[in-house]
Amino acid sequence: MADLDRAGIEELLDLADHFTEVLERDIPKVPALRGATVATLFFETSTRTRLSFEKAAKALSADVLNFNPSGSSLSKGESLKDTVLTVQAMGVDVMVVRHQAVGAPARVASWVDCPVINAGDGAHQHPTQALLDALTLRRRFGKLDGLRIAIVGDIRNSRVARSNIDAFTALGAGVTLVAPPTLLPLEVDSYPVATSTDLDSILGELDVLYLLRVQLERGSGPVLPSLPEYVARFGLDRRRFGLLDKDAVVMHPGPMNRGIEIATDVADDPRALITEQVGNGVAARMAVMFRLLSGRGQP
Amino acid sequence: MIQTTPVQVMDGADVRRAISRIAHEISERHHGAENLVLIGIHTRGVPIAEGIARAISEFEDVHVPVGELDVGFYRDDLDQRPTTRLGRTLLPVDVTNEIVVLVDDVLYTGRTIRAALDAISDLGRPAAVELAVLVDRGHRQLPIRADYVGKNLPTSLQERVTVRVEAMDQEQGVWIERPQP
Amino acid sequence: MIAIHNARVLTPDGPLDTDLTLADGKVHNLAAGEATTHLDAGGALVGPGFVDLHCHLREPGFEWKEDIRSGARAAAAGGYTAVVAMPNTSPAIDSGHLARFVADRGREVGLVEVVPAGAITMGRAGNALAHLDELFQAGVRLFTDDGDGVADAGLLRHAMEYVAERGGVIAQHAEDPGLARGGHMHEGRISSRLGIRGLPSLAEEVMVARDLALAALTGVRYHVMHVSARGTVDLVANSKRSGLRVTAEVTPHHLSFDHSRVATMEPDFKMYPPLRTEADLAALSQALQEGTIDAVATDHAPHAPYECEVPFEEAPRGVIGLETAAAAVNTAVELAPMLFFERMSVTPALICGLSSQGRWIEEGSPANLVIFDPDISWVPETFLSKSQNSPFRGTKLRGKVLATLFQGRLTHQAWS
Repeated sequence: MADLDRAGIEELLDLADHFTEVLERDIPKVPALRGATVATLFFETSTRTRLSFEKAAKALSADVLNFNPSGSSLSKGESLKDTVLTVQAMGVDVMVVRHQAVGAPARVASWVDCPVINAGDGAHQHPTQALLDALTLRRRFGKLDGLRIAIVGDIRNSRVARSNIDAFTALGAGVTLVAPPTLLPLEVDSYPVATSTDLDSILGELDVLYLLRVQLERGSGPVLPSLPEYVARFGLDRRRFGLLDKDAVVMHPGPMNRGIEIATDVADDPRALITEQVGNGVAARMAVMFRLLSGRGQP
Repeated sequence: MIQTTPVQVMDGADVRRAISRIAHEISERHHGAENLVLIGIHTRGVPIAEGIARAISEFEDVHVPVGELDVGFYRDDLDQRPTTRLGRTLLPVDVTNEIVVLVDDVLYTGRTIRAALDAISDLGRPAAVELAVLVDRGHRQLPIRADYVGKNLPTSLQERVTVRVEAMDQEQGVWIERPQP
Repeated sequence: MIAIHNARVLTPDGPLDTDLTLADGKVHNLAAGEATTHLDAGGALVGPGFVDLHCHLREPGFEWKEDIRSGARAAAAGGYTAVVAMPNTSPAIDSGHLARFVADRGREVGLVEVVPAGAITMGRAGNALAHLDELFQAGVRLFTDDGDGVADAGLLRHAMEYVAERGGVIAQHAEDPGLARGGHMHEGRISSRLGIRGLPSLAEEVMVARDLALAALTGVRYHVMHVSARGTVDLVANSKRSGLRVTAEVTPHHLSFDHSRVATMEPDFKMYPPLRTEADLAALSQALQEGTIDAVATDHAPHAPYECEVPFEEAPRGVIGLETAAAAVNTAVELAPMLFFERMSVTPALICGLSSQGRWIEEGSPANLVIFDPDISWVPETFLSKSQNSPFRGTKLRGKVLATLFQGRLTHQAWS
């Protein structure tokens, strides 16, 4: 995400705006990428992101190949490089790669001839998430300039946070990271953000409260005393929701842990944009694929 | 390098008259303007469609809805040129069972209209689709013809036809650029 | 009989421009003499063959990465006449017969003296002492669980007590497992931005500080492997001042690169300890010049090319270094010829107790020699090692090994 400047992001957001219109049609599909093949390679499982990419590709009339590493040749010991070269040999025009290791999509891109879309790599980046979040905010507020956004949760281990910090600040928003000290990024002074460990004290000043998923599967381990203590300090319950400005919105990249980072009634409030984010995710991914693949047959 | 000198073949008044004539032909053929929707194809089809609609409303006392259509996603040469800038697609009414008149500035190969027909069929099922163009310059590559033509303009393949409209370009007219040796 | 002409010979009294003649595996005299082979050094330095305190030859158990033959060839190409082979093989070198196997294979190959290091704990598992007496009898003098630090201070204390009594060295891969857990690169600004978990400098410093206290208690000779952090340099300097028998080594890559190189996420820049900051790099260079750091060691760690065709976080640990070490050090650090050979040959030989290595050249000294021209520039591209995971590939280096002589025999020469 950091490689895109403001103009580059806005170009993709403009394209995505067109696709949100396409997705509202009776036949939510255009023939723009007819004949192109999109391969999704999710070495780390993620149902929703893969579905979103698949829907985006199909709405552009591209064919989709889904590579599922469990039960594949990977479990038989095939290397990552051999796997992607095999998929390439089948004839694909773009690969969408999700991997648990930082830099894996970039590494794959160095081996194959087609463009590669990073669908999330380790704790590094998740650029299409940042794009869909920026799209959601732009559609809500018109622009991001001057918006006051707090990102709350396990920022240290979050690719969503890293991409969103880049995108939100590039588009002119002010970002505050809110987390206990063990979940804030190290050397946080080098980030273009403010930080806080006291959520209540800043709620009233926010336009956007962006909650990150508490990664239950990683366990609280040594970084959190306990989950209830986290919820007490950083969970968005009805009381804290009431401290927000009446025009402020709540976002979450999903999947949500209801009752942990977000109370269930807050999650269902109209000012929680979570389902809009999902819808915009398809448009944002359409924009990225369209941008990469229009003109692909040029000599 | 080839030098080109634009030669004006229609002036502002010619364009106005052509738009007015097309408006009359449309209402004549349909005995009025009921169930009509004009859809301008980006970019200059849109102001021309608005001009036709305005003209019809002047003598029929009916408001004719005008839509906008960008056919960028339907072009058959998408894989040959990267596309980044697009116009919006906006239909003020559901086109199903309506009579749609597509409006564009120049009819040339017919490929844009082919794309527009595909786009329309994704947006609804009109009772009929017709085509109005300000200029028909010939050289069709598909079996497409216009129902309403402002001016037939014989051209060679090397020539370029440029349309400017008041609402967009602060001047109005049609020019041909002829390549000079 | 080999004669070397036009040499700048490093004698106990300093550099001397002379010819020299070798016979019976020894330096016969410092003059031209009758010979079957004549080598023209062209004014280059002739000094004691380099001694590597720290390399991974991967045999037994990982022969697809390297074996003793290919590793010895790489060593000879790098100007080495002795290498200490790390015990993290499969099985680990924790018993006498395994150490003898490594030494015997080295003798069979006959290109360099292969000196086995012994594990401190059985199977390098950190639970129980290895067969230290057996290892001693097999000639082992340097003990390490390299690849991992010995985390259990109580166990390490006993190992130190045992090894101290027998006159050996405890060499520590200093990396506190709690602080280092999950880390793939230096913990700092770059790791934070990349979202890669870091190993803080403290992971090394904390363990070295603890070990120095144990070394003071037990009186053992203690050696810090691959120092990477400037805090470690300070700890070692203080201990030396207070009279502890502590030594330290640094690798060529830690003298050459900082953690900004990891931003490319090339697996060739992944090593433990990791590349650290520019300030660390400067402190290491200075420490090597001043003698706080006693020796250069390669930490030559081969991994097969296909093993490196993975994302950075999944890449194996370590890089090769035998063939580029002398040139890299000569490029990165200003060292006068005598000091250069002290750090590359003389002191490492003393640390691991090799009497026929690292000797200044005079009549009767062992003919374990290297001819090194510090002024020739070259760009390493491919390597004799079975593995090619070098951070120096494509980097211009100054200083070239022209020939290596082991026991009076030519084991490598770069003249065509």
